[in-house]
Amino acid sequence: MTMLLDVADVSKVFPVGGGPGTWARLKRRFAKGVQELPKVHAVDDVSFVIAKGETVGLVGESGCGKSTLVRALTRLIDVSDGTIRLGERELSRKAARVFARDPDRRRIQMVFQDAGESVNPRFTAFDAIADPLRRLRNMSGRELTARVEAVAAQCGLPLQLLTRFPHQLSGGQRARVGIARAIAVEPDLLVLDEPTAALDVSVQVVILKLLQRLKREFGMSYLFVSHDLSVVRLLCDRVLVMYLGKIVESGPAASVFEHPLHPYTQALVAAVPRIGEKGAERLRLSGEPMSPIDPDPSVCRFYSRCSRAADACKITMPALRRFGERAVACHFAEEFLPKP
Amino acid sequence: MTIAPTLSVEGLSVEFRTRGGTVRALESVSFSVEKGETIALVGESGSGKSVTAYAVMGILDPAGRVSAGRAMFGGLDLLAAKPSQLADVRGREIAMIFQNPRTALNPIRPVGRQIADVLIRHGNVPRREAPAQAIEMLRAVGITDPTRRAKAYPFEMSGGMCQRVMIAIALAAKPSLLIADEPTTGLDVTTQAVIMDLVNDLAKELGMATIFITHDLALAGQRSSRIVVMHAGHVVENAPTQELFEHPLHPYTAELIAATPDSAASLDELASIPGSLPDLRRADLPPCRYSERCPRRIDACAQPLPRPAPGASHIVACWNPLTAKPLAMRTPTESAA
Repeated sequence: MTMLLDVADVSKVFPVGGGPGTWARLKRRFAKGVQELPKVHAVDDVSFVIAKGETVGLVGESGCGKSTLVRALTRLIDVSDGTIRLGERELSRKAARVFARDPDRRRIQMVFQDAGESVNPRFTAFDAIADPLRRLRNMSGRELTARVEAVAAQCGLPLQLLTRFPHQLSGGQRARVGIARAIAVEPDLLVLDEPTAALDVSVQVVILKLLQRLKREFGMSYLFVSHDLSVVRLLCDRVLVMYLGKIVESGPAASVFEHPLHPYTQALVAAVPRIGEKGAERLRLSGEPMSPIDPDPSVCRFYSRCSRAADACKITMPALRRFGERAVACHFAEEFLPKP
Repeated sequence: MTIAPTLSVEGLSVEFRTRGGTVRALESVSFSVEKGETIALVGESGSGKSVTAYAVMGILDPAGRVSAGRAMFGGLDLLAAKPSQLADVRGREIAMIFQNPRTALNPIRPVGRQIADVLIRHGNVPRREAPAQAIEMLRAVGITDPTRRAKAYPFEMSGGMCQRVMIAIALAAKPSLLIADEPTTGLDVTTQAVIMDLVNDLAKELGMATIFITHDLALAGQRSSRIVVMHAGHVVENAPTQELFEHPLHPYTAELIAATPDSAASLDELASIPGSLPDLRRADLPPCRYSERCPRRIDACAQPLPRPAPGASHIVACWNPLTAKPLAMRTPTESAA
């Protein structure tokens, strides 16, 4: 298996001002620059790999750092620490602004959440798909037209719709435009940030099938970010579960959802509504999540809401430990391991 | 049973006048909900779920007009009631949880005050006791440190907490009917489960009738005893939850179940629904608005939809319904729309 993307120890912190008010203002004034300000640890020491042709799911609740991680590895923002390797290239040392004009820019592309909001409203569908080709491939004229039409056809977008603006397209058609412009430059890795969250179930199915077909045809790798576990289960080979900036569990999608080892994953799986099943198994998260601002490095991030919390969780932060193909960051993972 | 239902909607039709023509958003929508019962209105976007709720609450857009039908609540027809009558019923007897708590809450008023407002207006609570009771309400919906949170503005709270505040406002006056319009869209699954538990528990405690509007068939199945499936402004099927999933009679319901991701073992097993909603402005809309997408269309579909038998518990608006055939035997229809 050849590695495509290798993310090692990536962290991203954002300094925060500490809010309004006199005290915060004084603190900011006397703080010695940005280093002294409190920091949000959006992504904290995250490592994972994506193989060629693999589909990896990234799940977690809103605010857990999924989007920051995705932005960091698509090089839309700079990382605070760690390395991102795409094949042989080390990307994290290049500033995001410089990388925007890099020839390798085309190798990682992204499909954003709601194509209605992420496509320029003044661009027609044609322009939206042509834009990356013009910028990254220097295409123009007849060659460009041919390429745009070919990509649109691959994504099932009728050619007569190419002259339309985003607001004249339906949700499913907009999603196709978002996918078409991302795959136009033939990326190796496609990052999908909840591509079907804004769609109805019937359209969602069509888009998911389209994504699966494109993957088979072009051999791309996918990083599929979603909080819809039932979709992740169908589309992904492997899954990463994030909680407050940390990866708490990873492994093959089927076995993670069958036998979740981390208490957070267990609560997540139990919360997914299923047809014909009353909410009998009431494994619910209580309490509030911990603040991501300067969290205590020795306390488990999930401690405040965990059903299995013990004193050990306050003393040492559990590290991500491997169990065969699985990896879990919990002191009590052995308790939940399936009996051989 | 002789108990009158809490709310009974009969033959509700709603039209919107737009520049492009009259949109017939709802046509002959009928359903009822009994005391302590939770029903779900399910359908894709544009099927008329929210319009139904808005019509019942009397908060339709000015362009909208109720052209036919009744909505009996107690002895009062909500659709014909005077604004002053409605104002007394709304908030006190019927409450609504809106889709997006961030836009539904007043952004420049602390949440505790917003709950107190409802208590004073509808809950017969003296003005001086309202703030303390508002804090109790916040505690009841599971907000930690309610005394501090009562002073917070909506932007200072997370989506899940705003939704809890909405629930507290809706339930402040102990209504007998609660309409929850997609109460958990935009929330995480873990928060969704907690919020839905909360609504269910409080509904049980107060003996409320609940109308739960959602596009998530699986969630509806888990939380309601009866499901009303809507498509393009029609009720296409209305059945007890279990029966609906085991023996869907309307082709659209069956397609909807087959398209729900968690029912499938692999992506290939998922079926998509061909076609899209018809343009509701058209003058030549067929009597069955699904017939143009329907794989089971027959000649009879051109005549007006069949009238449901009075008192039937499983109602389907179809001339050629599926027979009670187990789900597993249906072959998923292949399509590439």
